[in-house]
Amino acid sequence: MRIFKNIYVKSIIVILCFILAELIYQKSHNLRFISPIIILLAVALLIILVTKIILAKQFKSFLFIVPALAIFSIFYIYPFIKVLQLGHYSWDGILPTMKFVGLYNFIEVIKDKVWWQSMFNAGYITLIALTFQNALALILALACDRQMKAGNFYRMIFFIPPVLSEVVVGLVWQWIYDGNYGLLNHWLVALGFNNLTKAWLSDPHTALTCVAIVHSWKGFGWGFVILLAGLQTIPKQLYEAARVEGATSWQVFKNITAPLMIPVFVLVAILTVLGSMQSFILILTMTDGGPGFHTEVPVTRILSSMIGSSRFGYACAQSIIFGAILLAISFVQKRISQNMRQA
Amino acid sequence: MSKFFHLKFKFCYYLVICALAFGFSLTGCSSKKLSSKPTINVWHWMTDREAAFQELAKRYEDKTGIKVNFELYAPSDIYAQKVRAAAQGRTLPDIYGLLGEKRDFAAFIKSGHVADLSEVMNEENGVWKECFFSKALEVVEFKENNTYAILPGIYGAPIDIMNIQMLYNKKLFKKAGLDPERPPSNWEEFIDNINKLKKVGVPGLVSGWGEIWMIDCFASNYAFNIMGEDKVIATLKGDVPYTDPDWIKVFSLFKELVDKHALVSGVVIMKNKVAEQTFANERAAFAFNGSWCINVYDGMNPHLEYGVFLPPKVNRKNPMYIWGGGSSFSFLVNDRSSKKLEAIKFLKWLTDKDQQAYLSSQTKNLPSNKFALAEIPKILAQFADGMDSATHPSIWPVNEFPGVIEALGKGIQLILIKEKTPEQLAQELQAIKEKESSRIVSN
Repeated sequence: MRIFKNIYVKSIIVILCFILAELIYQKSHNLRFISPIIILLAVALLIILVTKIILAKQFKSFLFIVPALAIFSIFYIYPFIKVLQLGHYSWDGILPTMKFVGLYNFIEVIKDKVWWQSMFNAGYITLIALTFQNALALILALACDRQMKAGNFYRMIFFIPPVLSEVVVGLVWQWIYDGNYGLLNHWLVALGFNNLTKAWLSDPHTALTCVAIVHSWKGFGWGFVILLAGLQTIPKQLYEAARVEGATSWQVFKNITAPLMIPVFVLVAILTVLGSMQSFILILTMTDGGPGFHTEVPVTRILSSMIGSSRFGYACAQSIIFGAILLAISFVQKRISQNMRQA
Repeated sequence: MSKFFHLKFKFCYYLVICALAFGFSLTGCSSKKLSSKPTINVWHWMTDREAAFQELAKRYEDKTGIKVNFELYAPSDIYAQKVRAAAQGRTLPDIYGLLGEKRDFAAFIKSGHVADLSEVMNEENGVWKECFFSKALEVVEFKENNTYAILPGIYGAPIDIMNIQMLYNKKLFKKAGLDPERPPSNWEEFIDNINKLKKVGVPGLVSGWGEIWMIDCFASNYAFNIMGEDKVIATLKGDVPYTDPDWIKVFSLFKELVDKHALVSGVVIMKNKVAEQTFANERAAFAFNGSWCINVYDGMNPHLEYGVFLPPKVNRKNPMYIWGGGSSFSFLVNDRSSKKLEAIKFLKWLTDKDQQAYLSSQTKNLPSNKFALAEIPKILAQFADGMDSATHPSIWPVNEFPGVIEALGKGIQLILIKEKTPEQLAQELQAIKEKESSRIVSN
């Protein structure tokens, strides 16, 4: 265990050395000459560390995870650290120089009203997805779980929307919602509801709901598949025993299906929240965040800061705050599910 | 004995490996010798020009033996990201197009990603430079004492030029009893025409105002007309506030369009492609669109009868300026490219009269070479007439903050859905302008 502790301490020292070297290089022109010395020291420490690991017999097995660790470090750890670092800089994404601004970007994000409006919009889409989308997915999964004719056909049909391109779905639904020649208005007129027709996506009262409905339609198939798989793991004997005891369908669902499905519900809920909060392609194709900021979501704001305004540092700060919020939501969901399981 | 065979096998194995490595290296050398002429790589996002570019690349290879590899990356926003990522990784091709504002262009130059073509342009008494429309060249030019602190020079070659004007449907004009050869010359006439068109069930104006830059363009045209160039530039510099009555007058035009039901329903979130479909399908009498539309309308409705006119003036004393030039349709040479000279030679050939005439005939865009204008369609000639009134943010001495541009576009969208008044927008814009100015100072 001691050697483990040493490795951890030394690894942290190596990482800190690299960060310190870069900070000195970026911030001070006079002290730049120190950076290479620190990097050399860090590299030397790294070599000692790696040699120790390789020489230590009990760590030879460690070599087997090195490729995976390297890939994980390059594609996950490094970008994550880089985003954390860039969040503290003012940078246009092109010039090789950037300016350290500390927490300025984070403070600005917190003060940005449009950012919080976009968070609210994403929350609204998530709420619709959690309720409408998952309820639909559950009903259809329950229906398909029973021995019904053409069950496989329905399973395939329900899984078509998720596999369609979001851009295609967005454009098709944009046409359906079109105020002038849209299919929705056409049906409403045909049914005699002339007074209900409107330009659905340009009306601020309906735009976000329309987008949320399309998002739910597009995404319910995932929930359906996971819930169906969960339902099929419940032993049939439990249902048979309940029927023998004279339980009604509702009692069966309440006392057998729902309690056993809690881990699946939690999984679907977490995936729905993460997917809905990060949705943006549908929005880009349908409304581009408009009218005004009525359908803006955090990812479109991040994109706008990065590409539209060339503020990479600010966009990274937005990403970090957004990531932290998603992490907090997932944590809360996990705690709630643990409490439910214990209850 | 077995050890001996084992060693012998090992020796043979290494011998084969060495022979293969030697063979491969020889093949590598020989292939280099075989194709001593380099391949020039070009990145662009212009889907409508791709076929013509490929044909021109073939012609260039036939003529010089140099292969030109045009790589298309679309849509434009994805292309913009790709170019930025390549710039960060220093993997830009020999020639590329740049999407963005003048400050992005300046940042690319400062980072050493763009070659200065001034010297080549001025060779032989400036033959190459003189062949371009001056408005097209201005967008790739940095003059002395520019605000971006870039060394004066010409940093690109315009491929073709565009401008954005008003279009009207002649058939629908006839239907409403209007003279199809006489588009409105001022704002009152424009509104009057729309009222007459509405009476026969024809919707008025369509444009891709779901795209911020299209709104910005329309607002900018009228800002120049209402208050004059100096005052607009003074606003950008921060000397005139957005709460000035002239700016409120500009924003009020959008309110008037909504109040008089002059816009096609849903215009506030409409992408320009949808707006183009609407006009091409004769579902709107007027469109605000760029010269690239000729090719688009031709594909959508070859029988569409339409004319081009400058946006109708509000203030008759000031000229009407439109956005035009070659900002988005210029090619830049990568200063770090090992094939820089070959790339410049190719650009020189590409912007020559014959190639420009071919490109113009195929893509129905205005050529950047003024000597290639001789044989262009009538409708394109109408767009060409507007070049005298063209201006562009790329040639202004100062540009607005992206945050203010976004707030302006989104704010006008909110006026169009009656959620904001022109006065409210003016106040908000001024607040954002002040915040952005202070941020730049503090940073």
